Amino acid sequence: MSDTNSPKLDPLATADSQETISAQIEDISSQYNSGLAADPANQETQPRLNYPPYRSSLLRHPTKDLHHTDPETIELYSPAFGHRDVHQLESDLTIQHNGEPIGERIVIRGRVLDGTGRPVRNQLIEIWQANAAGRYIHKRDQHPAPIDPNFSGVGRTITGDDGSYEFTTIKPAPYPWKNHHNAWRPAHVHFSLFGTDFTQRMITQMYFPGDPLFPLDPIYQSITDQKARDRLVASYDHSVTSHEWNTGYRWDIVLTGSQQTWMEDENHDH
Amino acid sequence: MTTNDLTPTPGQTIGPFFGYFNAAEQVHLPFENGDNLVPPGHADAIQLTGTVYDGQGTPIPDAMIEIWQADAQGNIPNQDGSLIRDPFAFTGWGRAITDNVGTYRFTTVEPGATEAGKAAFIHVVVFARGLLNKLHTRAYIPETTDDDATLQAVGDRAETLVAKRDGQRLIFDIYLQGENETVFFNFPGMQYPKP
Repeated sequence: MSDTNSPKLDPLATADSQETISAQIEDISSQYNSGLAADPANQETQPRLNYPPYRSSLLRHPTKDLHHTDPETIELYSPAFGHRDVHQLESDLTIQHNGEPIGERIVIRGRVLDGTGRPVRNQLIEIWQANAAGRYIHKRDQHPAPIDPNFSGVGRTITGDDGSYEFTTIKPAPYPWKNHHNAWRPAHVHFSLFGTDFTQRMITQMYFPGDPLFPLDPIYQSITDQKARDRLVASYDHSVTSHEWNTGYRWDIVLTGSQQTWMEDENHDH
Repeated sequence: MTTNDLTPTPGQTIGPFFGYFNAAEQVHLPFENGDNLVPPGHADAIQLTGTVYDGQGTPIPDAMIEIWQADAQGNIPNQDGSLIRDPFAFTGWGRAITDNVGTYRFTTVEPGATEAGKAAFIHVVVFARGLLNKLHTRAYIPETTDDDATLQAVGDRAETLVAKRDGQRLIFDIYLQGENETVFFNFPGMQYPKP
């Protein structure tokens, strides 16, 4: 396979080896862990924006302090989505074409909660992913793995009253990228989420348990805390598996606490 | 995670393959008229546009921008139809991706202020390949910004938050890094760890 077949996505992409990247990941990790041992208040729950092993982050992270402020009115609300916007069938990524997609059919089921444990009701969840060969439908993805004519890899749904969601899809494969030489992403599904407040808007990636690429991947490792990283890994759940049809995974998502409901509660309390 | 742990789930980069939209195909996140909060022919339509830059001043061609705003009277929209647009309804939310030269464009209306004594702004969220978590900022409407407490608290860099008027267009460039770095907001409950 020649490099001309592979995507040239990033002018900063280097010829660094996995060993070089892994050594940097381990340096950052051991510094973080000693800081955490010294003071539990140093615990990180989100990725670092400045994470040098992920080369593309170098010029794309703010270097000045973010400005702390309280949300103003509009930011305490979110756009509304409903069944006008999303058809029920859009949560099944295996029925969008004439035939069955190739790969391991899976169901991903879970709930979206805010930081106080309240379900996030009637909100939009969007997912997108590679196919069972590790190929995205995208004009910039030139990875020489087959496109599946029966799989687009995009789905949407609206959460239920208990914050629940469910997608039927195909288990994605790992795929190569240009961060460094022989770089491979662990298999993942991208999730896009809305809360009750627009400040809760987030995009993340769900991973599969036991992926051997975890220690090598600078995007996953940009979350320096093991407990925090674990929150992105779905659990295999046999109760989501169904007889002779699909295997099942469970993954719950917690958004930051809703300021809106917090303020309403505050008013009730006083 | 599947426990009773209520720590917020970490964000991750949107990556390179969040999709595109053109006349022939719609793939992944962008969607038809996602960037038109009102039809381009609407009597009060303005364009909100800008370019997203990295720390070397190079435009970023793989960013996704979302906006969320009040209507012209300062009312907060609360109706569905954000994905399937009704040209006569204003849902207040839009999504656009940057083009090959890093530029995004929305057709919308100028929002009114949502609180007395506050400046009017359009809330902006930035996602991009290479950006490991979302970033929140605000595009303030010029001429409304005098005496705004938030802008005063921001201080010297407040001008990065104010859109520039150019006829029917509001220009709001976004610098992720560097001398002109845009001010991004950290709202309660968020965490942006630094090395």
